[in-house]
Amino acid sequence: MLRGKQTWWFENRPVIIGSAAIVGPDEGDGPLASCFDLVHPELDMQQKSWEKAERLLMEQAADFAIRNAGIRKEQLQFYVGGDLLNQIISSSFAARDLGLPYLGVFGACSTSMESLALAALLVNSRSATHVLAGVCSHNCTAEKQFRYPTEYGSQKPPTAQYTVTGGGAAIVAEAGAGPVISCATIGKIVDLGITDPFNMGAAMAPAAVDTIQAHLEDTGRTPKDYDLIVTGDLASIGHQIATELLERSGVPIGETQFGDCGLMIYDMEKQKQLVQAGGSGCACSAVVTYGHLLDRIRKGELKRMLVVATGALLSPLSYQQGESIPCIAHAVSIEGGQ
Amino acid sequence: MTTKSAGSGKYKKIAMSSKEYKQFAKNREPSRSIGKNCLRAFLVGGGICLIGQCVQNMFMHYFKMSQTQAGNPTVAVMILLAVILTCLGVYDKLAQWAGAGSAVPVTGFANSMCSAALEHRSEGLVLGVGGHMFRLAGSVIVFGTVAAFFVGIVHLILGTGGQ
Repeated sequence: MLRGKQTWWFENRPVIIGSAAIVGPDEGDGPLASCFDLVHPELDMQQKSWEKAERLLMEQAADFAIRNAGIRKEQLQFYVGGDLLNQIISSSFAARDLGLPYLGVFGACSTSMESLALAALLVNSRSATHVLAGVCSHNCTAEKQFRYPTEYGSQKPPTAQYTVTGGGAAIVAEAGAGPVISCATIGKIVDLGITDPFNMGAAMAPAAVDTIQAHLEDTGRTPKDYDLIVTGDLASIGHQIATELLERSGVPIGETQFGDCGLMIYDMEKQKQLVQAGGSGCACSAVVTYGHLLDRIRKGELKRMLVVATGALLSPLSYQQGESIPCIAHAVSIEGGQ
Repeated sequence: MTTKSAGSGKYKKIAMSSKEYKQFAKNREPSRSIGKNCLRAFLVGGGICLIGQCVQNMFMHYFKMSQTQAGNPTVAVMILLAVILTCLGVYDKLAQWAGAGSAVPVTGFANSMCSAALEHRSEGLVLGVGGHMFRLAGSVIVFGTVAAFFVGIVHLILGTGGQ
C-alpha cells in the first residue's frame, strides 16, 4: 500500500527467510570476512573470463540462499535481479541456469535494494509466496567496462572507490522465521552536477539524503526509530557530505547510528592503498546487508534498520560526452520478526 | 491501515545550485600532495630511465654497438620488462604509487597496450586483442603523429629541419 508520496507499506509483513553473501579475496581480507558464506581466494574463481566469474558469484549466492532458507529450489517462483554490466548479462545468464521467471532490473549500485523492494512488493501483494532477490558485481568487470583494463597502471585519486567483488541474495517469503521487510521508499533521480566518475560518493550523497528525507516524511518516523541507518556505497567523502546535508536539512541523524556499507566492508586503514575512499558496486550493500546486517537483526542486536542503497546511473559514454551523473537511492526498512 | 503521510514537508530540501554543490563537494575532497606526487614520479620515472641507461650501456659495452645502434634493442628490453611486470600484476600497483613516473616512459606505453590485450583476450584474438590493443595507446599515437607534423612545419618555416 502506498504511504505518503513514494513509500510502499508492506502490511502483510514479508519475511526474509534466508540470505547469502559470496565475496572475493579483497573482501575476505576485510573485517566482515567471517560473515560471508563463501570467500573466493582468487579473483578469477577458475573461470575463463571475469564475466563468467561474476556470473558464478550470483549463482552461488542463489544456491546458498536457498540452502540457508531451508527450502527447495522448486518453491521459488520469481527471481528479481540485476548487476552493473551492459544489458545486465550476469543476472540474465544466472537466471538462465536458475530456470525461474525473471525480472531483470537496473539501478546501478542501488539494484540491491531495488530488487529487494520489488520482491517484497510481489510477496506483499500475494503475487508470489517465495521470491529470490539478488545482485552481483565484480571488481574486474566493472574496471573493464567503466574505467581501464585491470592491469593498466594509472593513479587513482583519493576520491575513487573500489568495486566490491561479490554476490548477495535474499529469499523473501510470505511467512516464516526471519527479519521482516516493513516498508520501502523508492528514490527519485537527483543530479547536482558532479561529472567526475572518480567521485561517485559526492555525486550520490544528495540522492541518499533525498530518499532518507522522503522516507521519514512518508512514514512519520524519525532517525531515532532506527537502530541503524546505512547507506550503500557513499564511501568516506560521500558519507561525510550526506551527514552534513542531513544535518543542514534538519534531520536529526545524530540520534541514530549512521553508517555506510562501503566503509564497513574493507579495513579502511590496512586496505586504504587498494580501495581509496571505500567500496562500491551493487554487491557492496548486498553482501554487507545479506551477510552481516541481517545476522545482527536475527541475533537481536539490531531491532530495526534502514538500508539506503545508492546508485550512480552513468555510462562510460555519458561521462565521456561530458554529462553529469544522475543518481538514485532506494531505502528498505528491515526489522526483527516476532 | 492508514495512507496519510505524517508531517509532509517537515525537512528542508537541499537548496543548492549545481555550482554551489560542486564547490561544497570539492571542499570535502582530501587534498592531494603535489610535492609528494612529484617526488615519487621523479624517483620512479628517473629509476626507469636509469635502468634503461644501464641496458643501453650494456649493449654498447658487450655488443660493441654505437649509442644510436643500442637505442632500439634498449627500448625493446624496456618494453619486454614492462610487459612481464604487467602480466605479473605488478605494474598497476607500482603506478598507483608512482603516478606519472611509471606512465610517461616507454614502459607506460607498453603497459597500456599489454593490459588492454590481456583484458580483451576473452573476446578472441582478432576482435578482442587486435581490436582493443590500441584502445588506450591509440590516442598517444594519433596525437604524437599530429604533434610531430606541426613540429615538422615549424622546423620547415624556421629552416632548422632536415640536417
